[in-house]
Amino acid sequence: MAEAKLNRLNLTEKDYDGAPSTMCRGCGHDAISASVQRAYYESSIDPRKVVKLSGIGCSSKTPAYFLSQSFGFNAVHGRMSAVATGANLANHTLLPIGVSGDGDTSAIGLGNFCHMMRRNVNITYIIENNGVYGLTKGQFSATADVGSVMKGGKVNDIPAIDLAELAITLGATYVARSFSGDRKQLTPLVQGSLHHKGSAILDVISPCVTFNNHEGSTKSLKYVKGHLDPIHDLDFIPPYENIEADYDEGTDHEVEMHDGSRIILHKLGKDYDPTNKAQAIQAIHGAIAEGKFLTGLIYYNPNRKEFAEELNICGIPLSELGQDDLQPPIDALEKINADFMK
Amino acid sequence: MDTPSINDLNICVATENGSGSASSNNILFKAIFKMGIPCSSKNMFPSNIQGLPTWYQIRANGDGYLSRKDVIDVMVMFNDATAAKDIYRVRDGGVILYDDSNPLAANLKRDGVQYIGFPANKLVAKLVPASPLRAKQRNMVYVGALAYLFGIDMSVIKAVLEDTFGKKPAVIESNLICIDAGYQYCKEQNYKQNIARLEPIPNGNKGKIITEGNTAAALGAIYGGASVICWYPITPSSSLAEAMEYYLPRLRKPKDGKKAYAIVQAEDEIASAGMVVGAGWAGARAMTSTSGPGVSLMNETIGLAYYAEIPSVFFIIQRGGPSTGLPTRTQQADISLMYVASHGDTRHIILIPHDMNSCFDFARQSFNFADRFQTPVFVAMDLDLGMNMWSSDPLKLSPEPFDYGKRLNAEQLEEWTKAGKKFRRYFDQDGDGIPYRTVPGNEHRMASYFTRGSGHDADARYSEDEHDYKYILDRLRKKFDTARKFVPKPIIEKERGVKTGIICYGSSYEPVREARDRLKARGLRTNHMLIRALPLTSEVRDFLAEHDTIYLVEQNRDGQMAAIIKDESPELGAKIVSVLIYNGLPATPLEVVNQIFAAAQSAKTA
Repeated sequence: MAEAKLNRLNLTEKDYDGAPSTMCRGCGHDAISASVQRAYYESSIDPRKVVKLSGIGCSSKTPAYFLSQSFGFNAVHGRMSAVATGANLANHTLLPIGVSGDGDTSAIGLGNFCHMMRRNVNITYIIENNGVYGLTKGQFSATADVGSVMKGGKVNDIPAIDLAELAITLGATYVARSFSGDRKQLTPLVQGSLHHKGSAILDVISPCVTFNNHEGSTKSLKYVKGHLDPIHDLDFIPPYENIEADYDEGTDHEVEMHDGSRIILHKLGKDYDPTNKAQAIQAIHGAIAEGKFLTGLIYYNPNRKEFAEELNICGIPLSELGQDDLQPPIDALEKINADFMK
Repeated sequence: MDTPSINDLNICVATENGSGSASSNNILFKAIFKMGIPCSSKNMFPSNIQGLPTWYQIRANGDGYLSRKDVIDVMVMFNDATAAKDIYRVRDGGVILYDDSNPLAANLKRDGVQYIGFPANKLVAKLVPASPLRAKQRNMVYVGALAYLFGIDMSVIKAVLEDTFGKKPAVIESNLICIDAGYQYCKEQNYKQNIARLEPIPNGNKGKIITEGNTAAALGAIYGGASVICWYPITPSSSLAEAMEYYLPRLRKPKDGKKAYAIVQAEDEIASAGMVVGAGWAGARAMTSTSGPGVSLMNETIGLAYYAEIPSVFFIIQRGGPSTGLPTRTQQADISLMYVASHGDTRHIILIPHDMNSCFDFARQSFNFADRFQTPVFVAMDLDLGMNMWSSDPLKLSPEPFDYGKRLNAEQLEEWTKAGKKFRRYFDQDGDGIPYRTVPGNEHRMASYFTRGSGHDADARYSEDEHDYKYILDRLRKKFDTARKFVPKPIIEKERGVKTGIICYGSSYEPVREARDRLKARGLRTNHMLIRALPLTSEVRDFLAEHDTIYLVEQNRDGQMAAIIKDESPELGAKIVSVLIYNGLPATPLEVVNQIFAAAQSAKTA
């Protein structure tokens, strides 16, 4: 047997394993977990520095299925954004990844999600989007498209929330959409998000093979595969790899990240500049009008500070400070007492 | 006519919210304080920005009783909207001060009181150019009138103005001329009243401070090492978080030139609780402050912190409920809500301060409790404690060091590993119900685990197994029982042979203290126990056993603390007679005395 390939931390991809998955056989979520695992491995990120967070739902169970050496926190329904924000404030040196579902993010947790984007909290936030509540057996979520049919025949007639568009509007700084079945596109997108400082949102269409894979559903495997609209092909080049990318001056676009890593976007159709917010939103609307799923790195903003930096929190994590750092001197209290005597 | 009482006066100022009376009332209060007379103030304000009625009571009492007093000696009738009722709030023989720029309406006249009029409107019109300020300065006139009538020296008023507006001589001057106008007018009219005199008490308030519980608690939290503060504005708790915003940059020394704290105004209470739990999980001393409606919203997250065992501190400044209730009035009606917050079986540690120093000290200690017991800890205050100004001994820093409890760092884990010991996150290693914990950032290979609000076993693995589930629930209960030995014990005052006991907690302490002296004067001697925390400690049972009758005074309708005690000691708890005050105003000694006598009477006839 060939020896497993080691990354720069001398870890094999297996070192990024988690517990065995309990998803349904063929679930898109497992493919996403595999991409996530691959991305961490490829980027040689120390799993002990990673924290995995989630809410409630099928998707929220998945952080247990990768990176078992990382701390994990499966919180309550819809509150991952808030919990992750708090963890980030306590220790901004941690590398957080949040996994959520469309119900968790677009319905019960929508408010908290919106405010996390506004704050640009540093996180890779993956939405495993299947348009349906799985654990409660197949109800529509708020990302179900108009006209999509539920397993029992009920038709959805309320417009879907487009989480990528919302994220862009509210201030997220790395926004991508992809498909669980397209690992070639998904892995570099995840990798890019891991090297980004700020809110990186990946809306990943991940068909539910049990409750939303039938004729009439707009999130079935077959339907999604037939309606993908990729903006570009991507290559992720980590900062330590000084390789010349396959880069075509005329048609390719390079995104340079803070840590020196690069994402090369190979043009497929029209010119696309992911740093153009208005164009990004327009492109999403265009695809919706055509009934397609726009995929790729839709929006990137390298200019916004992440939340902990914006708050000017000290370099040493707050969680590591002790009494000497935190308790003010006693004479300061005496001075306050003197002020209160006036 | 009776001779005037000395240093026993209860003034009520009736004004309109937003009319600037906060400033004039503050000056009046601080002037009395500066004279050395023990005094307290109770602000009964509306949930409104401008226009609704507000009443501010200042009680000066040479004997040092500081609770709200029922009987009003002087009414400053400065709000037309409430005047018709206000004239009847003052006691027979009392004094009504009013603006006689216009003649007094017929319906505002009553017998048995002395009316003293002064033309505040006309006086300020002469002194202050027409501006929005003029209406506010009008309130300064009654400060001067009261000063003349009851004996507050103008030099004291001037000193208070200088303390308050030190760097703004123009402001001092403009206030002073209006106050002086009221003073001089009453002097020229040769007004006299004969109900009370205020006389300076040399060194009377020496060493005393004035502060509000929210400020004291904010300072305590800062001295306790709070480093992640997430909150959502809600009366009456906002001023706690705002005091932290004010004091943190002034008190906490920067680290590498940057902040050694994070304070975030969240989008709602659910988010603030979520952030606190995330931060507590990641190892920071994290807290929020809110009121009853916030606790209702936070319930699910509090249950998560309880079950996943995450240190977190919740400052609850109670107001009148249920629902929106009375946002600007006081209650002790969220004790049950806090005690069993969340669905499922829970029990929470609650620290209950009763004065400024315990607000400070319990705030500081709450973080030790949260870390030691790895659980949500409540600091239960109320609007009366939190937002009213209290005279107090200086805030005192306890020598107790920070205690992070059973939190293992990488070196300790390495020692464990060498000794062949295994780190098991939810296992009762020491038999006290408190497990060991690690926090993210600990890179030891044994450190990481998966935290979840769903069923888990002693090793933090997902589990729906009935034994695993019950093990955790039983251990959590054991942990709570361990806490009984560590939470602040009640303060007990007792005399041998006395068989009647009074129990109270929190802001009920001050009215009960005075009520006990009044009861004693009328022949009923009582012992007293001030409960300062939940879970209940063994002293509570002992106190119940030692007395024949127990009156439990609390500011809610249903006797929430009584129910908790009865639940734990059903037989002894049967002795409890609840004394319940729940009109939204701070409890008064008279209400306590009346209810106790009524209960004693009905027990006799029964």
